[in-house]
Amino acid sequence: MRKSIFGIAFLFFAAFMILAAFGMRTFGEPTFSEMDDYFINNAQAETGANNVVTTIVFDYRGFDTLGEATVLFTAVVGIVALFREVAK
Amino acid sequence: MIGNFPFVAVIILFGLGIYTLIYKKNLIKIAIGITLIENGANLFLITLGYRKGAVAPIYTQAPEGVKMVLPTPQALTLTSIVIGVATTALLLSLAMIIYKKYGTLNTDEIRRLRG
Amino acid sequence: MIEEMSRIVRTITNLIYGFIIVYGFYVIVHGHLTPGGGFQGGAIVASAFALLLVTYGNKQTQNFLVKDFLSYLESVGLVLFISFAFLGLGATFFYNFISNSGGLFGSPAVIGINPGNLNTGGTVTLMNIAVGIEVLAALGVIVLTMSAAAEIIQKKEKP
Repeated sequence: MRKSIFGIAFLFFAAFMILAAFGMRTFGEPTFSEMDDYFINNAQAETGANNVVTTIVFDYRGFDTLGEATVLFTAVVGIVALFREVAK
Repeated sequence: MIGNFPFVAVIILFGLGIYTLIYKKNLIKIAIGITLIENGANLFLITLGYRKGAVAPIYTQAPEGVKMVLPTPQALTLTSIVIGVATTALLLSLAMIIYKKYGTLNTDEIRRLRG
Repeated sequence: MIEEMSRIVRTITNLIYGFIIVYGFYVIVHGHLTPGGGFQGGAIVASAFALLLVTYGNKQTQNFLVKDFLSYLESVGLVLFISFAFLGLGATFFYNFISNSGGLFGSPAVIGINPGNLNTGGTVTLMNIAVGIEVLAALGVIVLTMSAAAEIIQKKEKP
């Protein structure tokens, strides 16, 4: 009984999302690109590296990489703490 | 209208993931459904930044006179993939501890056994 | 009980294991010239550790890859990454203070399309190496711990 209610709600949700996919912008023209044009034109002069994606990950947006490294470290601490009483 | 097909592919991935979360009972299959939803979200982030007839944003041995793709969504997708790896590893470790304690991986029976 | 595999698989693993590690370090160090970087190269080296675990079983691999040393390497990688961020605190937090001056990794780059120069990059190259060491050790510890626990759980369920 609960599964059939979930099924009907899921069908409505999928139909709404397919209608939204056909109404989006065309697939090759992004809307706002002033920040990315500044990155492409000035990354080689300021940083000196050839790879623009790596300079965005480590130099222009380094805070996100700091948060991601901390998340990976915390996951490893959690896994070692879970298996400490199995291996005894 | 047929050129919007990558967005329809994202919706198919997302819909299959939610179907697996609702109708399946094994814990490993629920973990596979969560991974499918994360892959659909990463694909949607990359297809937002495409320009028609452009190449990868790297200056080493690039062809001359062509435009470049937007590089910012690719940097955000890298972070999202690593966080997905950490989440899946913790989920599978919890499934192993539950199997050791209860002897089964069926969610109906795990809800009824106590102690 | 997880046993080791046949003679063909062991011979191929002995031949290929070194090449995978060298290729992983190449992708880490050349992260500012070609596609790649810290996270991708660390995942390639961790897949070499998983190949050793599948071929030789759990008991023989634990004499070769010590878990305490890998855990120590992971902490060293994260502390190096944070200290490189703090060193540029003269201007802002993540400032690239090596970028266009002389010294190690500090040559100015040619603007436009060029074959790359390894000596450029500034703090981007040093942070690539630190994050590469951390991801390598983190994925190695995850794979080793889960494999040892799976063997204990499988041994206890047989009466």
